[in-house]
Amino acid sequence: MSMGEEALIRVQNLSKSFGGVKATNDVSFEIKRGEILGVIGPNGSGKTTLVNLITGFVKPDAGNVYFGNKKITGLDPAKIADLGIVRTFQIVRPYHSLPAYKNLIVPLNSPRIKRTKGGKSGDRDAVAIDILEEIGFERDAFVPYKIASTLPLGYLKRLELARCLALKPEVILCDEVFSGLSASEIMSMVPVIERLQMEGITILMIEHRLRELFRLVNRVVVLTFGEKLMEGTPEEVVSNQKVREAYLGVETEELEEEEEEEEEEEC
Amino acid sequence: MMDILIYGTVNSVTFSLIAVGFTLVYGVSRLPNFAHGALYVLVGFMTWSFVNDLNLYYPLAIIISLCIASLLGALIYRLVLIRLRGLPTSEIIASFAFGLIILEGLRLQGIGGFKGFIGPFYVLPAFVDAKFRIAGVLIDAQRLIIIGGGLAVVILLWLFTHYSKIGLSLRAIAQDEQAAMMLGVDSDRVAMISLALGAALSGFAAVVILPLGNVTAEAGYRVLIYALAVCIIGGLGSWGGAILASFVLGFAMILSTSFFGAVWESVVLVGTIILILIFKPSGLLGKQKELEERV
Amino acid sequence: MTTNTPIAAKEERQERLDRGIKVRTEGLYALTSWREMSYLLAPRALLIFGLLFLPLLMDPYWQRVVCVAAVYALLALSFDFLAEYVGLVCLGGAFFIGCGGYISGLLNHHLGWSPFITIPIATIAGAMVSTLILLPCLRLRGVYFAIVSFMFPMLTVNIIVALNVFGGTEGISALATLPNIWFDQYIVIAVLIIALFVMRRLVNEDIGLIFRSIKDNDQAVRASGISITLYKIKAVFIAALMGCFGGAYMSHQYGWVGISLFAMDFSILPIAATVMGGGGTLVGPVLGALLLTPLSEALRGFGQLRVVLYCLILMGFIVYKPEGMMNYLQRKYHQFEHWRKV
Repeated sequence: MSMGEEALIRVQNLSKSFGGVKATNDVSFEIKRGEILGVIGPNGSGKTTLVNLITGFVKPDAGNVYFGNKKITGLDPAKIADLGIVRTFQIVRPYHSLPAYKNLIVPLNSPRIKRTKGGKSGDRDAVAIDILEEIGFERDAFVPYKIASTLPLGYLKRLELARCLALKPEVILCDEVFSGLSASEIMSMVPVIERLQMEGITILMIEHRLRELFRLVNRVVVLTFGEKLMEGTPEEVVSNQKVREAYLGVETEELEEEEEEEEEEEC
Repeated sequence: MMDILIYGTVNSVTFSLIAVGFTLVYGVSRLPNFAHGALYVLVGFMTWSFVNDLNLYYPLAIIISLCIASLLGALIYRLVLIRLRGLPTSEIIASFAFGLIILEGLRLQGIGGFKGFIGPFYVLPAFVDAKFRIAGVLIDAQRLIIIGGGLAVVILLWLFTHYSKIGLSLRAIAQDEQAAMMLGVDSDRVAMISLALGAALSGFAAVVILPLGNVTAEAGYRVLIYALAVCIIGGLGSWGGAILASFVLGFAMILSTSFFGAVWESVVLVGTIILILIFKPSGLLGKQKELEERV
Repeated sequence: MTTNTPIAAKEERQERLDRGIKVRTEGLYALTSWREMSYLLAPRALLIFGLLFLPLLMDPYWQRVVCVAAVYALLALSFDFLAEYVGLVCLGGAFFIGCGGYISGLLNHHLGWSPFITIPIATIAGAMVSTLILLPCLRLRGVYFAIVSFMFPMLTVNIIVALNVFGGTEGISALATLPNIWFDQYIVIAVLIIALFVMRRLVNEDIGLIFRSIKDNDQAVRASGISITLYKIKAVFIAALMGCFGGAYMSHQYGWVGISLFAMDFSILPIAATVMGGGGTLVGPVLGALLLTPLSEALRGFGQLRVVLYCLILMGFIVYKPEGMMNYLQRKYHQFEHWRKV
């Protein structure tokens, strides 16, 4: 796992408020090339807003986002995706009326892919099925041909990731890809994400499932109430008193217990 | 100069009166009631018929036709829209079809001895036939009544939605349908009430405004367009926006009429809409949430 | 539930790939038997030959109606495509007719070009003009686009009347007409059949898939690095081509253009036809238009009764049978003729 120290995405003093509520308040951090960065925080701490701000779906009130040396603040989402910063949606957004593999036709026809292919498109269906296979659609071979609206959530979450992969991205921002999945489904997703990192894709993961997240990530950023509380390695975060108070509850419970509760909530 | 101010105000209040019913329905139940213009014209013709064919007392005729209009509004919901909730396209098409049935039905000829309302023969009498001179500008009483009526509607609506139980439930549904439903507000009932109220409001606009000219079926289309224009410019479902947009449009039209001539009215209307769409697609007072819905 | 096996056995993989190919080329497998082929081709052949023989069965008055019906069918097709495959509900189909009609009328009137030149030019130029005018509202979606597109034809009429341009309320008359009634009919029927099959093909091509994705979820399309406005422009242009051809054709068929080209009928009948025929089937709206137009023609003597009637039909279908005729027929056909799985 080679990881550079070079910052691929720099978030500087980003702020956004919705009708007086500061969803994101003066948040700065960096995503380094090749790493998996976790972003955690209680509900409503502005994690999804952060993804929306970086990918241009929401325009920030103040602050900047840099991709390498290029300022991408306030660009159109399509333009930002075109640069190679892609995202998944927390609430899955498949194209319900299309078969799963046809869902990938959209990213495969994006200007970004067409450029790399030099105008030649080739057999997109085959490429789409290959990507789906890579992301874990292989067990039941009829699944990729099923209409997306008939697929269970586990596959839809994979489809979200597959759609990102089809764009040959440099950075993927994953907005809670594990939420709503069963423990064994998550177990099968973890290696997929590890493999993406090995392929050199930089990943930002927003996640509530800390156990799986901490196994994957290199560093963690903790948000509360729209502000950055701290950042550090998973070990530092877990042992930090402030994080425990803000995120894990005032009592210094064991991490595992907390998580079990969470799982129950989600069920 | 003074006349621009006064007639601009009259124009603006006319626009708000026309649009308020549509905005109310959309704001409360997210139903675009494309039968709005038809109900407006229908009330005009009904009042005319009651007065001229049945020789009813004028105010009584108005009240009866307003009641029938709100009944029709409720019927649109009960019979048609209730099955289409959540399918905006179908809602538009169905309510528009309903409106067209009314509008074109009014123009039907020769069925059951019905002559059809065609031609410029249908005029509602003015409430008070008098002219006043305000700040050196001649203005007839009906136009003052329009301003008064507009003010009354805004005030009464405000009181209704802030102090009556039904009004409060309207606002509750408008703000958060699911939360309101959890607290025991019946969404269907509220939507029906809002449509009935919206229909009555468009009818009220008709009886106040129509004495200024003829009652024609074509007015139905124009009224619908004006209502839509006001709502697009103000931000759909935003009441403040609708009133602001009425004033923008009212004055824009008066200014264009007095400086370039009346023919430019439509051009100004289209121009304003396109400018708003380009520069502020959420409408003048549209909120972020609506912007996401739109763009 | 899936688990991740790192290396799949080779045969297994081959088998899976084959299955994929089978699923994707379902149509091709049908070629292996006459039964399958006739099953697939019968309805299509019926439609094409039905359309081609239609003019032969009619007397001269109804032959005119066939032309009008085909124009309405084109409009219905364009409405269905925009509404069901791109998610843009365009209530202003008359706008396309008007644009095409006026452009070809003006070219013919002022420059004296023959209909064979003006119709193609008006089709393309009209589509460009209407796309350009609809451009500001392409950012809107759902109700908002519907509202604005609904307003455009009416406002255009107001403007033409108010400014007294393009002949004002009178319109432009004495335009060149097409050579004869047979040519009239067959040109529009040919265009209709071609448009129908091109559209059916298009919605399953990549560009069509992107249109459908925009309808399903436009935010996700943006997240894939594709500009939705660009594709909406393309979609509106394609839809406008059909409408503008209809307008240009009608201007030369009547030898006249006027503000009635922007009339409500051109907006509302195609919608009624689409709802009645079955939205999203493309064929359904065409059939719907071919049924509704003669009906409304028969009622021409009764003034506005035809509008009332097709509004009633429209409302009845949208409330009680929202899937429409074609979806129903298709289902029945599939039940009737059992599909043998390959």
